[in-house]
Amino acid sequence: MPPKTILSRREFVRNAGGLLIGFSLADATVLPRVLAASPEDVMETPSPGRLDAWLQIEKDGAIRVFTGKVEIGMGVETGYTQIVAEELDVAPERVHFVMGDTSMTTDQGGVGGSTSIMLGAKPLRNVAATARFLLLQLASARLGAPLEQLQVHDGIVSVQGEAAKSVSYGDLAGGANLNDALKVSGRGFALNVEGIGKPKDPASYTVVGKPLPRVDIAPKILGQWQFVTDVRVPGMLHGRVVRPARAGAKLVSLDEQSVKPIAGYVKTVVDGNFVGVVAESEWAAIRAAQALKVTWTDAEPAFPAQMHLYDHMRNVTPKASRETLKKGDAAVALASAATKPEATYEWPFQSHATMGPGCAVADVHLDGVTTVWSGGQKPHALQQGFAELLGVPPNKVRVIWVEDAGSYGRPGFEDTAADAVLLSRAVGKPVRVQWTREDMTAWGTKGPAVICNMAAGLSAQGEVSAFRFTSRAFSGGEVMYLPSTAGNFLGAQLTGIPNTTGVDEFAQWGEACVAYAFPNVHADAYVVPAFLAAASPLRTTHLRDPEGPATTFATESFMDELAAAAGADPVAFRLKYLDDERLKAVLTKAAEKFGWDQRPSPKKPAGTSEIAAGRGVALTLRGETRVATVAEVEVNRRTGAVHVKRFVCVHDCGLIINPEALRGTIAANLIQSLSRSLKEEVMFDGTHVTSVDWNTYPIARASDVPDQVDIVLIDHPEIPPSGAGEPASRPTAAAIGNAIFDATGARVRRGPLTPERIQAALAALQPA
Amino acid sequence: MARTSLKVNGKAHVVDVDSECPLLYALRDNLALNNPRFGCGLGQCGACTVLLDNRAVRSCRLPVSLAAGKEIVTLEGLGSPDNPHPVQKAFTEEQAFQCGYCLNGWVLTAKALLDKTPHPTDAEMRRAFESLVCRCGSHVGIFNAVRKAADSMKRSA
Repeated sequence: MPPKTILSRREFVRNAGGLLIGFSLADATVLPRVLAASPEDVMETPSPGRLDAWLQIEKDGAIRVFTGKVEIGMGVETGYTQIVAEELDVAPERVHFVMGDTSMTTDQGGVGGSTSIMLGAKPLRNVAATARFLLLQLASARLGAPLEQLQVHDGIVSVQGEAAKSVSYGDLAGGANLNDALKVSGRGFALNVEGIGKPKDPASYTVVGKPLPRVDIAPKILGQWQFVTDVRVPGMLHGRVVRPARAGAKLVSLDEQSVKPIAGYVKTVVDGNFVGVVAESEWAAIRAAQALKVTWTDAEPAFPAQMHLYDHMRNVTPKASRETLKKGDAAVALASAATKPEATYEWPFQSHATMGPGCAVADVHLDGVTTVWSGGQKPHALQQGFAELLGVPPNKVRVIWVEDAGSYGRPGFEDTAADAVLLSRAVGKPVRVQWTREDMTAWGTKGPAVICNMAAGLSAQGEVSAFRFTSRAFSGGEVMYLPSTAGNFLGAQLTGIPNTTGVDEFAQWGEACVAYAFPNVHADAYVVPAFLAAASPLRTTHLRDPEGPATTFATESFMDELAAAAGADPVAFRLKYLDDERLKAVLTKAAEKFGWDQRPSPKKPAGTSEIAAGRGVALTLRGETRVATVAEVEVNRRTGAVHVKRFVCVHDCGLIINPEALRGTIAANLIQSLSRSLKEEVMFDGTHVTSVDWNTYPIARASDVPDQVDIVLIDHPEIPPSGAGEPASRPTAAAIGNAIFDATGARVRRGPLTPERIQAALAALQPA
Repeated sequence: MARTSLKVNGKAHVVDVDSECPLLYALRDNLALNNPRFGCGLGQCGACTVLLDNRAVRSCRLPVSLAAGKEIVTLEGLGSPDNPHPVQKAFTEEQAFQCGYCLNGWVLTAKALLDKTPHPTDAEMRRAFESLVCRCGSHVGIFNAVRKAADSMKRSA
């Protein structure tokens, strides 16, 4: 073990002049140095074409790595630490990261799409390998020995057989820049660099693949971690926002006298329909936001009644369509099929409902450098977006990412930061904005509602001859996942800036679920228009695997219906239509681990006891990652309540970087997706989102947690790593729904699978 | 505004805040204690949990005046890196969290639970935790950590 370095992960920040200064976020006395950037300073993002933009070696041998990637609670920083330590042959304790500071780290597109290891680790691996090569060259000259006679152990280079001849990385290069040029390719998530050093053969790994404890967990549990909520800037004021009383309402008037008596009140900020209050203390800001008398227009209802949501989606004219696959002639094959099962599955709007509702600090200087501290997943895009919002060049804005609560996509932390920017601009001082629970749950972005219609043709022998899939969904990109324009932000939309960068994202068969090898397939997808052009509390964007959970719920439930119609076992039926060996392997392994009894569903005899037990399976492919999940459930026939007793999840994402961190992420993803499957549905009426807190947007609690969760990891060191943040969120709903069907014969086709819906499906089974 | 005496993590403090101000903001904004955390401000999630006379309470709804004179312990005061509380040790060994934003509630509620019920049944543990939220879904690791903490405290008792 190396001596514990005194440098910790966030001690360094580059000031305006480009020097490194030691600092800790807890120590507010050094923050003024960040703030003291002079008006002439420019905040350029480092160019990725030089090694020292990515990696520097300190005199004491500490390795400092700069990445535009950020940690969102799944342990990616630890994975990166292992990857860099592996290539450099140093102990992981020596490796420290600076993440997501637009003035210190290259633009890697932030994080998202389960790409942080799959794509984001590539340049880090290449950079570390190149640094090792350069260090060995320096060592070769210093020690007077050829490269092939050198060995490295924990950053000490020595000559084989002559242990006395050695030199450390710190002595070779500490404090000096390794100015090697790198070949740059791709951009955003796909940004890669290659240098002279070649990465190791995975077969020789000794650090990658080991269950290293996550670097952030212990300090978090010891109360020593700083989230973005803990950034305190000298002279900082506190802000709160006041949203329209109804969706689409416009500001009529407000009465500032209603808040002026509050001690510490500073200002009410109004810009179009954007309203916020600023005060000297957080409590004063809270009181002012509650007390402010605001009159809004009685806007026409923007939304249908909730009970008519899916009818609305079916009947409205779509705004975009896409044909995903046309193979053979599904229409003809359907027409001649012996039986034609059809089904429609529906999935509601869901909320990110992050644990911390969003917090940011902004210090706006229109004539100088603006600094924003935010936990948003894409800091470099935020820099662009805030520059546009302020009408300044991007190099006059610096975004410093500081971890916020787990964010699962584009939850609204971006909007919180924009609110801070708007308020700081108005008062000319740094402003910290803390969103309320309602700001997040009611007014944060939403995952899109999705309808999937399916029909299949079965032969008399139960063979699938044709498959027809059509989806209708709100776009997963109405709010573009990259917050790189002003119109992306809710606060900006309220000031009247239009959202011009929304994109149509579809719930596509094969993209958001497994594409089974049926002979005739026709799959298409439609996007329905948003309810409001701007500032909608039902605006949709990425929520942990945008259309994946909804689409996989539909297709994997329908596969189960087809298996039942064919009188086949659900596992054996799926295997017949798979030609991917790794998919077959996860499915087979899941059945084996669970102790799957081969038989058709539903279970017979059905039994008459109040509690019915059953098991269901579902499968997914997301990118190159394969997941099979089996759920074992108990259903209360009287109340419709369902309890998941056990999950078995088999996961194959290629090479595994850290098996324990991966297990933790999968286990949590299973519980979060259980929550979305059984409980989560954004409620609304014509004019409001009425899910505003944890009572009105209930999620899984301790009593909902399965008694047993078995995770089986299939490691493929010979296959590059693929994503692991999202894939396990996909199969859960169908696995549970299929288990409910197995237990009772009742099929629920609308998520979430609530007791009321299960009761209704059970009641429909009764003979008339 | 009123001057209120608070005893936090064994130290006496005087804060000058509105007597209706919830304890959470006095701890965070006046005393710069980063744990507890703001999660909902409604007492629904537990992110703001502190120990008040060894009971786990929600600091987001508790007026600071009602905390005066009581022994307040925040996560910062539960243990130290060199001497973590057994509950902190077990949660760390189990790597029990994803983002960890919620963990004040779980760690401090677990501590209060095990003080009162050293060997909780599974049902007792779930009941004690039912009012807490973990949005990431880290419950499996959390439950394992509590079982481990109960075992280790039993051994050292």
